[in-house]
Amino acid sequence: MAHPRIADPWGARTPYGPGEPWPVRVDQQLADGVTADSVDRWVPAASLLHSNGDAMEIAVKEGRIVGVRGRHGDRVNRGRLGPKDLFGWQANHSPDRLTRPLIRRDGQLVETDWETAMSTVAEHLRDLLDTRGPGSIGFYTSGQLFLEESYTIAVLAHGGIGTPHVDGNTRLCTATAGEALKESFGCDGQPGSYEDIDHADVIALFGHNVAATQTVLWSRILDRLAGPNPPRILCVDPRRTPVAEHAALHLAPRPGTNLMLMNALLHELIAHDWVDRTYVDAHTVGFDELRKQVASATPDRAAEVCGLDPIDIRRAAELLGGAERLTSTVLQGFYQSHRATAAAVQVNNLHLLRGMLGRPGCGMLQMNGQPTAENTRETGANGDLPAFRNWANDQHIAELAEIWNVEPQRIPHQGPPTHLMQMMRYAENGSLGALYITATNPAVSLPELHRIRSILEQERLFVVVQDLFLTETAQLADVVLPGATWGEKTGTFTNADRTVHLCEKAVEPPGEARADLEILLDLARRLDLRTKDGGPLITWTTPEEAYEAWQRCSAGRPCDYTAITYERLRAGGVQWPDGTPRLYADGAFRAHPDDCESYGKDLETGAPVEPVEYRSLNPDGKAILKAAAYRPPHEMPSEDYPMQLITGRSVYHFHTRTKTGRAPELQAAAPDVWIEVSAADAAAHGWSDGDLLRVTTPRGTVLAPARVAGIREGVVFLPFHYGYWDTSGGSRPDPAYGDGAGRAANELTATDWDPASKQPLFKTAACAVTKVEGVAR
Amino acid sequence: MNRINALLHDLHDSEAGLAGLLLHVADRHRADHEVFHVARDLAGWSADHLRELTRIGHERGLDLDPEPPDPDTLLAKVRQRTGDLLGRRSEVGLVLLVDLREVHVRAAGVSVDWVMLGQVAQSLRDQELLDLTSRCHPETLRQLRWANATIKVSASQILIG
Repeated sequence: MAHPRIADPWGARTPYGPGEPWPVRVDQQLADGVTADSVDRWVPAASLLHSNGDAMEIAVKEGRIVGVRGRHGDRVNRGRLGPKDLFGWQANHSPDRLTRPLIRRDGQLVETDWETAMSTVAEHLRDLLDTRGPGSIGFYTSGQLFLEESYTIAVLAHGGIGTPHVDGNTRLCTATAGEALKESFGCDGQPGSYEDIDHADVIALFGHNVAATQTVLWSRILDRLAGPNPPRILCVDPRRTPVAEHAALHLAPRPGTNLMLMNALLHELIAHDWVDRTYVDAHTVGFDELRKQVASATPDRAAEVCGLDPIDIRRAAELLGGAERLTSTVLQGFYQSHRATAAAVQVNNLHLLRGMLGRPGCGMLQMNGQPTAENTRETGANGDLPAFRNWANDQHIAELAEIWNVEPQRIPHQGPPTHLMQMMRYAENGSLGALYITATNPAVSLPELHRIRSILEQERLFVVVQDLFLTETAQLADVVLPGATWGEKTGTFTNADRTVHLCEKAVEPPGEARADLEILLDLARRLDLRTKDGGPLITWTTPEEAYEAWQRCSAGRPCDYTAITYERLRAGGVQWPDGTPRLYADGAFRAHPDDCESYGKDLETGAPVEPVEYRSLNPDGKAILKAAAYRPPHEMPSEDYPMQLITGRSVYHFHTRTKTGRAPELQAAAPDVWIEVSAADAAAHGWSDGDLLRVTTPRGTVLAPARVAGIREGVVFLPFHYGYWDTSGGSRPDPAYGDGAGRAANELTATDWDPASKQPLFKTAACAVTKVEGVAR
Repeated sequence: MNRINALLHDLHDSEAGLAGLLLHVADRHRADHEVFHVARDLAGWSADHLRELTRIGHERGLDLDPEPPDPDTLLAKVRQRTGDLLGRRSEVGLVLLVDLREVHVRAAGVSVDWVMLGQVAQSLRDQELLDLTSRCHPETLRQLRWANATIKVSASQILIG
């Protein structure tokens, strides 16, 4: 029988009322035979398997991790842990951890020593740098690395090598969050706080299945729902998720039409004057433009486009318009769909129109998908310049050059940073000669996998992978460097409500595996990266020194870490800057032309707004109400591909299951791919639970057993976690299995992205679904 | 033909030319996915302008072709396939720069046509034409900025890489 916390991922209720503190509930999971008394040490840490940032302690006994428990005093989770944290730690002990570097010899990856591996990498990069220049080298980082590692990569790549080609896998999950915040507030940074859940009377979740992505945050909402004066929930999701089941109102729009729905909601707010005109006049620009844009987006028109009942759209607007303390969250349902940034920006507009920002219960959270996504964006490991500096602002470049003691011209700023999908394109056409991948698995997580594999496999591309396991991507690499992970190294990371946690080393990594920071510092030394005075560019050697360098870099910027020391973090999580619960109280934004991180983009073409244009639009640095017209998705259902495919997540797995697939309880809870179909489609086509279905798009084919579930008619859902490392195919579909059909959802997805945030679209492919006759699984 | 009708006629032709060029560029650079998708979206904007110009032209006795170029002809498919096949060669980057330059020049021409129409409409207090211009011209400027921005993003990688 499944463990109770597998059966109930959210655990027991601790009801509470509005404005009351969320009660503590400490969750704990220890290895068989271990009791809390027999644990040698409890080491402070935080969760690295989702973006919620739950604080925990690692139980250590005889030099080995033997379990975890939640930290009861922490502001984020107040002791609770989700199933991935309760069981995921076991992956650290997996027998297939990489313990020695690997190098490709005669086509095969073979074990080697660190000296050989690192000198091979350094010589290759140095050679490219000398012969083809910095633009021939790219870094693909991760929302799994700690802040110290992300900042080190940013300095190494931007300040040392001088390449504009740096991005994180946060491009896939949270790029739209960052971009939407920049577009509306001039600067990244979550305005809200998780404590807004405690105060809100209406909570709106836009494309955010929080019950699966952040179980502890959902527990907080469930506890409010179970207490006195509960909030009302608005859920926008094509699936009938647990959130939808608890919602006062559930809208299930047709995939790809979020922007139309949002425009109609704003249309209603303005038509009924549910607008805080004083706030709008004092703190925003762009109202007239927005009003004009949404004028034609009537509920009736939106209902037609989105496939909804116009009455529901009106009711949703009423709910939002009547809220006294509105908290909204946004995630992949918007971020990975057509017109991602434009749709997410309208949620910001909703809060600006209602003047609901910077006060308890008036929270706006453009959520993150990954545990350290925030740091990727802050430090510049996603290509942006560190500490929310603006690449188009020469003064910001000069500041950074001074901090790093390099010539300003060393720092690439001639245009926007190269995003991941463009980097893959440069690798495809041969202008990128090396790709250095840290702690992520593009051979499963990127769209159109046959293309991604064919790019990574090219002889002319030198691929370095730093990871814990021989992932699908590592199998295609030229050099594989074994990394240490959570519990085996020290560092900080920041969650979706700006809470920073210190995650300390509890045990030694296995074999010769090394902390990512150590590997990166070794690389920097070998590349002999220098300041303009000839000194070493990177002077730190420990995580705390790296953190202190970052504190100096962040000083005075919105994400100022100077008041948040390691010492202070040892007592529990702290929100930047200096424990500030909410940004933008009293409408004080960081959008002034001299201060802002970005001048914004054309949301439809992606073309950057010119500095002069921004200055004339927003001279006083107010929030920007940015309007956008709905246009239909690029790939619409057709005769050959009549259905729509969306991909997503399971509550039991993280990313490509690198860790969660190696934790027995999690693996058993969701061992293989499935496809969700609606009852109506199942009845129409004669599909039942367990029938093997073949899903096809112009890119590929996936076989998966059917699960008849609550999902919009005409739409099917595939979880994206499942790759091939634990199948006979290794890095790809086994040709012997089902005519070469795969099980990775990304065999099917299209190479298309939001032009503003550059986030790939995983939720708007057209597909055909047929039953494979005579096969039962 | 009066002066305004002559302007409408020229604008119709220049928008049709820009729509066709954008589709052509999109297909040729199908392997550059953002160029492919955005150029096709932008061709759609010009197609909308064409329909509006045709409608207004018709009211004024002009016989203009309302049909924008078809984005999905057999020839377009062939071009896309070729775009895919050549996408792995580095030389295709230079072709992209030349093509984007041409889009920029052509969009600038369309923009100037709208400026002239707008000026005339303003002088004659022709509200219908003024409304048309204020709807369409900003989109032409966005097409222009897109071409410029895409060149800016790609140039150094293509010319140095």
